[in-house]
Amino acid sequence: MTSDTAAHNDSTPTVERFSPLHQAHVDAGAGFTDFAGWQMPVRYSSDLAEHHAVRTSAGIFDLSHMAEIVVTGPDAGAYLDYALAGKLSAIDLLQAKYSLILNRAGGIIDDIVVYRTTENEYLVIANAGNRFQAFEALAARAARFDVTVTDRSDDVALIAVQGPNSRAILEATAGLTVDGDLSALKYYRALGGTFQAGTVLIARTGYTGEDGFELYVDVPDAAALWDALRAAGASFGLVPAGLASRDTLRLEAGMPLYGHELSTSTYPAQAGLGRVVNLAKEVDFVGREASEEGPSAEARVLVGLASAGKRAGRADYLVYRSADATVADGVITSGALSPTLGHPIAMAYVAPGLARLGTEVFVDVRGTRIPATVTALPFYKRQK
Amino acid sequence: MAEHSELQYTAEHEWVQVDGDTATVGITAYAADKLGDVVFVELPAVGSDVAGGTVVGEIESTKSVGELFAPVTGTIAETNDAVVESPELVNSDPFGAGWLLKVTFTELPPLLSYAEYSALIGE
Repeated sequence: MTSDTAAHNDSTPTVERFSPLHQAHVDAGAGFTDFAGWQMPVRYSSDLAEHHAVRTSAGIFDLSHMAEIVVTGPDAGAYLDYALAGKLSAIDLLQAKYSLILNRAGGIIDDIVVYRTTENEYLVIANAGNRFQAFEALAARAARFDVTVTDRSDDVALIAVQGPNSRAILEATAGLTVDGDLSALKYYRALGGTFQAGTVLIARTGYTGEDGFELYVDVPDAAALWDALRAAGASFGLVPAGLASRDTLRLEAGMPLYGHELSTSTYPAQAGLGRVVNLAKEVDFVGREASEEGPSAEARVLVGLASAGKRAGRADYLVYRSADATVADGVITSGALSPTLGHPIAMAYVAPGLARLGTEVFVDVRGTRIPATVTALPFYKRQK
Repeated sequence: MAEHSELQYTAEHEWVQVDGDTATVGITAYAADKLGDVVFVELPAVGSDVAGGTVVGEIESTKSVGELFAPVTGTIAETNDAVVESPELVNSDPFGAGWLLKVTFTELPPLLSYAEYSALIGE
């Protein structure tokens, strides 16, 4: 038997990086995968069990590989309005906003979450694989502004607790004090707090389609916070969850992953992220001109695909308009057998003529054309 | 994960148990662990002729797709219907209930010993 997983494991990254929680993962029996040079848990026991735990009780993820970039200074809001696609000067204190770093051509350098931590300070969360590209783009755009842009990725760890029991777990965590009421905290809002002697930022954000929290903590306190959360979660069905389950969870939730759905040659409008580009703001932000022009009428657009059976189309598999078409009209960017829904799901870029909901297309699954139906995203939406 | 000392192995992470002219084939615990949760198994038709070293089936996990190779040339005598119904058997009992194929063969090619396979996977 050979597999792409095995082949992947043969590639030796030049610099291996380890999370500050690495020893906890080893102790918990994790298997590891390379993610942008980081050795991160891919699963602890079973990706399916971890996936289902997040949907039904809770899972805890180490996301310390993600990048934290701090923007501080009197011009912070105006600077971000210029550097990013969104209007960050308009967000409230302790509000979070999903945004994009565009290039001049309107392509996506990274997709990010931005928190306003004080009046004149923002925290930008970039993808691990884009840490340096994101930082370089942000630093280069700061010249005309009274701001300081600092890459704090090596100092900050990130732990996510996701799932319906996540609030109860945080409330039961020894040593964790929140400056406010978690039950009143809205989605994409954050609160400050402390864990033992250190400060934490607790945000109601996530990448799973469930209720949940992300906790930013200084590296020296991370392992103790992880242990405290796990101890509190023991009676709430909390399990450590790896990147394999994180990927199927975000796919079901219809959330894009940079490098799959997003790239420097992707326009936000193609990815269904047109709403993230704020053309109403009176700022000549980077990428504005190209965004106003938009992609060509023939540019492929991101759709959801659902099919019957168990054989899933996967990233890079081609999409055809018929069972015998010789030229592909699309390509899958992420795909899996949905653990929650029990049938294959995928996100794919297809020709605009195939993008209408209900359109039947065919996915070439290793030589067999399997019918699939264009389906609304997300595939899964939690009951509130 | 410990592999079984009485079995023979292939470099494609399959185990082979020889009984007379029949080889029972599965994937090793190491391979199952690397794949992650197996969610779909496609096996060849009983009675079909297979050539050693060729792809005869697929094993899909949530994360990836593995190809199943015929370790010997011969005829498929039996396939494991239980594992098609319940692919998770490949993870829970790779050397037992998670077996995949039985192949009737005339000649057995050289296979890896337990020691050789253990060395291959670094255990």
